[in-house]
Amino acid sequence: MRDAAPIILLLVVLSDLAILGTSRLSSCIRGLAAQGFLLGLLPVLIAPQLSVHAVSLAVGTVIVKGVALPWFLSWAIREAAVRREIEPIVGFIASQLLGALAVALAFAIASRLPLHTVQPLLVPVSLATLMIGFIVLTTRRKALVQVVGYVILENGVYLFGLTQTESVPFLIELGVLLDVFVGVFIMGIVVFHINREFDSLDATRLTELTD
Amino acid sequence: MSGAGLIGVGILGAVAPALPGIVAKTKSVLTGRRGPPVLQLYADLGKLLRKGSVYSRTTTWVFRAGPVVVLVTLAVAALLLPLDGREAPARFTGDLVAFAGLLALGRFALVLAGLDTGSSFEGLGASREVTIASFAEPTLFLCFIALVLATGDLSLSGMLGTPLAAAWPRAGASLSLVGISLFVLLLAENSRVPVDDPATHLELTMIHEVIVLDHGGPDLALILYSSALKLALFGVLVVAVFVPRAGFGGPAALALLFAGLGVVAVAVGVVESIMARLRLARVPQLLVGAGTLALFATILQVG
Amino acid sequence: MRLLALCAIPLVTALVVLGVPVFRGRRVPVALLLVVAAAHLALVISLWITPALPALGGWLAADPLGLAVLTLTSVLFLVTAIYIVGYLRYEAPRSGRVFAGGLLAFLAAASVVALSHHLAMLWVGMEATTLSVAPLVFLHRDRRSLEATWKYLVVSSVGIALALLGTFFLASAQGEIGRPLLLPDLIAHARELHPAWLRAAFLFLLVGFGTKMGLAPMHTWKPDTYGEAPSLVSGLMAGSLTSCAFLGVARITEVLAAARLVSFAQPVLIAFGLLSLVVAATFIIGQRDVKRLLAYSSVEHMGLLVLGLGLGGVGAYGTMLHLVNNGLAKGWMFLVTGNIVLATGSATAAANRGLARTLPASATLLVLGLFAVTGSPPFGLFLSEFTILRAAIDGGHAWIAVIILVTLAVIFVGMAALVLGIVLGTPPAPAGTARRIVPARESPWLIAGPIALAVIVLMLGVYVPGPLQDILTRAALALGGRGP
Repeated sequence: MRDAAPIILLLVVLSDLAILGTSRLSSCIRGLAAQGFLLGLLPVLIAPQLSVHAVSLAVGTVIVKGVALPWFLSWAIREAAVRREIEPIVGFIASQLLGALAVALAFAIASRLPLHTVQPLLVPVSLATLMIGFIVLTTRRKALVQVVGYVILENGVYLFGLTQTESVPFLIELGVLLDVFVGVFIMGIVVFHINREFDSLDATRLTELTD
Repeated sequence: MSGAGLIGVGILGAVAPALPGIVAKTKSVLTGRRGPPVLQLYADLGKLLRKGSVYSRTTTWVFRAGPVVVLVTLAVAALLLPLDGREAPARFTGDLVAFAGLLALGRFALVLAGLDTGSSFEGLGASREVTIASFAEPTLFLCFIALVLATGDLSLSGMLGTPLAAAWPRAGASLSLVGISLFVLLLAENSRVPVDDPATHLELTMIHEVIVLDHGGPDLALILYSSALKLALFGVLVVAVFVPRAGFGGPAALALLFAGLGVVAVAVGVVESIMARLRLARVPQLLVGAGTLALFATILQVG
Repeated sequence: MRLLALCAIPLVTALVVLGVPVFRGRRVPVALLLVVAAAHLALVISLWITPALPALGGWLAADPLGLAVLTLTSVLFLVTAIYIVGYLRYEAPRSGRVFAGGLLAFLAAASVVALSHHLAMLWVGMEATTLSVAPLVFLHRDRRSLEATWKYLVVSSVGIALALLGTFFLASAQGEIGRPLLLPDLIAHARELHPAWLRAAFLFLLVGFGTKMGLAPMHTWKPDTYGEAPSLVSGLMAGSLTSCAFLGVARITEVLAAARLVSFAQPVLIAFGLLSLVVAATFIIGQRDVKRLLAYSSVEHMGLLVLGLGLGGVGAYGTMLHLVNNGLAKGWMFLVTGNIVLATGSATAAANRGLARTLPASATLLVLGLFAVTGSPPFGLFLSEFTILRAAIDGGHAWIAVIILVTLAVIFVGMAALVLGIVLGTPPAPAGTARRIVPARESPWLIAGPIALAVIVLMLGVYVPGPLQDILTRAALALGGRGP
C-alpha cells in the first residue's frame, strides 16, 4: 500500500503537465477529473492506519474533485459551446517548458525544507502542482481554463495539507472542500454570464474597467 | 569485438526489413483489410536492387553518396548497442554521444542529398526534417542522461545492459518515463504517425518521404533498408529499457530482443491506426512533451 | 452558547431565505434582515457586558481583538439593513433571495472569522466571506460588474489559496506541540514552534490575507469591485470584510509576537504599509469616480493599519483605534455615495455637479465624510492616525512619519478635488442627463444610517469611551504593542 503513493504522486505531476500541454478544453477537464481521483486515493494510502477520517476525506475528495467539479465544468463548456483554447499568452511549448522548470524548482526547494513526512515526495509534488496551477491561471486566455488553473492551485495546497492530516481535523477539510466547490460553482456562473454578455470566454477582452 | 555480438548485429540486419511489414500488417488487420504480406519489403528490396538508376544532371556526388552514408552510419551505430543485454560489439566511455552523432550524420547526409536535387519538394521536406530533429535530439539526450543517472555508467552497453537491470527496482518510475519518451522519439525519428504519414505522398503531409522522392533503383533500396534498420535500432532502445535481459543467456537474450521488437512494431501499428497525423505546428509540442517526461525522469533521479 | 448563536442565526436565516420557496420572487425580505441585524447587535452588546466562555472546545472565543471586529461588523450591518429599507424604494435587485441570502451569509461568515480561535476555521470563514459577497458584487449583471466580479474572484481566490498554504505551514511549525492550530496553544508554546516554518507561514498569511484586505500590490481588484458593486455592498466590504481580513494578519502577528520574532515581521509590515500609502496617493490624483476614489482610500487606510502594526509600541493601539474608525467612516461614505447613485445614476464627476442644491443632506455628509476619511480633526481618524505617527517618531523612524504626512496630504488634495467638484457648482438641467428622477426629499431611511455613523466617528475623535479603550488596549498588548 505504501509503495503505491509515490506512483500516484508521479501521476499527479504527469496530469499537471498534461493539462498544461493540451489545447482542448475537454482534455483539460478530463485531466482535472483524473487528478481529482488520484488526490482522493492519497489520504487512504498515506495514513499510517486506516481511519474514519482518512476514508471519509478520500471519499469526499473523490466526489468533489473527481466527479462534481469536472461535471460542472463540462456543463459550463456545453453551455458556452466552446471547444478549444486559443494560443495562450505564453504559448503551449513555452508553458510546457515552464511547467518542467516549475517541477525542477519544486524538487530543489523541497529538498531544502526541514519537514519529516511519511511520504517524502509529497512536498515537492505539492509545490510543483501549486506552481503549475499558477502558470495555467495566469497564462491562459479562456476564463474556464483559468478556473481549471485555480482548481489545480488548490490541489497543490491540498497536497501540502496531507502532510498535516493529524493536525487538521476532518471538519476543516470538509470546510475547505466545500469552499472550493462553492467557489468553482460561483466562478462557473460568472463564466456563464460572461459568455452571455461578451459572446466569448476570452478573458483578455475584460478590459473596460481601468484608471 | 566478440563474435557473438557480431552475429547478433548480423541477425538484426537480416530481420530489420520485417519490422515495417509487421507495422503495415497490424494496421491492415485493425482496419479490416488483409494487407500486404509481412515480408513484402524483402521483395521490394530485391526488385529495386535489380533495377538501374537514372540520375538528374543537377545532382552531384552528394546525391549518390547520401544513401551509402546513411546505411554505413546506421550499421556502425548498431555495433554500439548491447543486443544480448550485456555487452555491445564495440564499447567505449561516452559512446552514447557517438550513437547520437552517427544518427545525426546519417540524417545530415540524407538531407543534403535531398537538397542536392535542387527541387523545392525536397527542400520542403528537408527543412521539416531538420526542425523535427532539432526537437528530437535534446529529448534523446535527456533520455540518455536519465539512463546515465540511473545506472551510473557512461557507455551504452552499461546504460542498456546489466546495470540497467539492477536499477529497475530502485528507479522503476523514472525508467518507465524514459521508455515512454523513447517510444515517442521512435515515432518521430522514423516518420511514423502522428509525426509523419508514410502512406501518403502529398506534399502537405510528407516529411521523410519527400526527401527521398528523387532516388530510384539501388539507391532507393539502400534508403528503404536504412529506414527499416533505424526503426530496428530505436526499437532495440525501447526494448532494452523495458526488458532488461542481463539475466538470460546469449541466444535467449537475443530471442527475447527480437520478440520485443515484434511487440514494438505491433505497438507502432496500433498507434498509427488510432491516431491521426498531427498538424505540423503541433509536432514540436509533442516532442517537447516527450522531453518534459524525460526531464521529469531526470529530476526524479536527482531529487 | 451566545457565540454559537452569533454565527448560527445569520447562517440559518441565510439558508432559509435561499432554500425555502416562500421567498421566491423579487421582494427582498427586509424585515428579516432588520430582525437578524438587531438580534446580532444585541448579542454582541451582551458580550461587552458579560464576557462569554469559549465554545466548541475552544474553537470559538471572544477575545478583545475579535470582539472589536465583531462589534464593527454588527454595527455596520444594522446600519446597512436600515439603509436597505430606503434603498428598496428606488431599486429592486433582480433576485431578492440572493441579495438577502448573500448579506446574511456574509454576516455569519464575518462572525465566524471574528470569533474563531482555530486558525483553519478562520480561513474557512474568510473564504466564505469572499464567496458570499461575490453574487452581491454582480447584482447589476452588466458587463462592467461582470468584469469586476471575475477579477475579484480570481485574485481573491488565489490570495485565499496562499493563505491556506500559510495555515498549513503554521501547522507544520507546530508539529506535535499543543492542540493543532488553536490560538491559545500557539501563543502559549510560541517559543517552541519551528522558526523557519513560522516565518514562512507569516509571509504567506500576510500575502494571502493582504490580498483580501487590499494591500498593495495585491489591491488591483479593489477599485473595480468597489466601483461596480452596489454602494451598500461596497460599504460592507470596505468596512467589515477588510477588517476581518486584517484580523487574519493580526492573529499571525500575535503568534509571532509571543514567539519573539516580531523583528522579522516588522520590516515586512512596514514595507507593505508604505507601498500601499504611496500607491493610493498616486492613483487618487485625477480620480473621476467617487467609488473608485473610496476604494483607493481604503487601500491607504489598510496600509496605515499594517504600518501601525509594524511600528509596534503605541502603533498597535493606533491600529486598533483606526480599525474601528476607518470601518465606520467607510460605511458612512459608501452609503452616502449610494444616495448619489440612486439620484443621478452614477458616481462620476461627469454626471454629478451641484449636489449641495439637489441633495443637501447627502452633500453635507459627503463633505464631512471627506474630512473624516482624510484624517482631519475633530474626527476619530485624526486621533488614530496621529497615534500611528507618534509610534513612528517614538521608534526613531522619522522618515516614515514624513512619508505618511506627505501621502496623506496628497490624498486629501486628490479627494477634495473630486468631492468638492461634485458638491459645489450649479446642478445640470434635469432633462435628459439623469437616469432617474432626482428625489425632492431624501428619505430618512437613507440618511439616518450615515448620520449615526458620522456621530460615532465624531465622538471617537473627541472621547474614546472607557470600555472601548480597554478592549483596544488589551488587543494592542496581545499584538506586541502597548496602550496609549
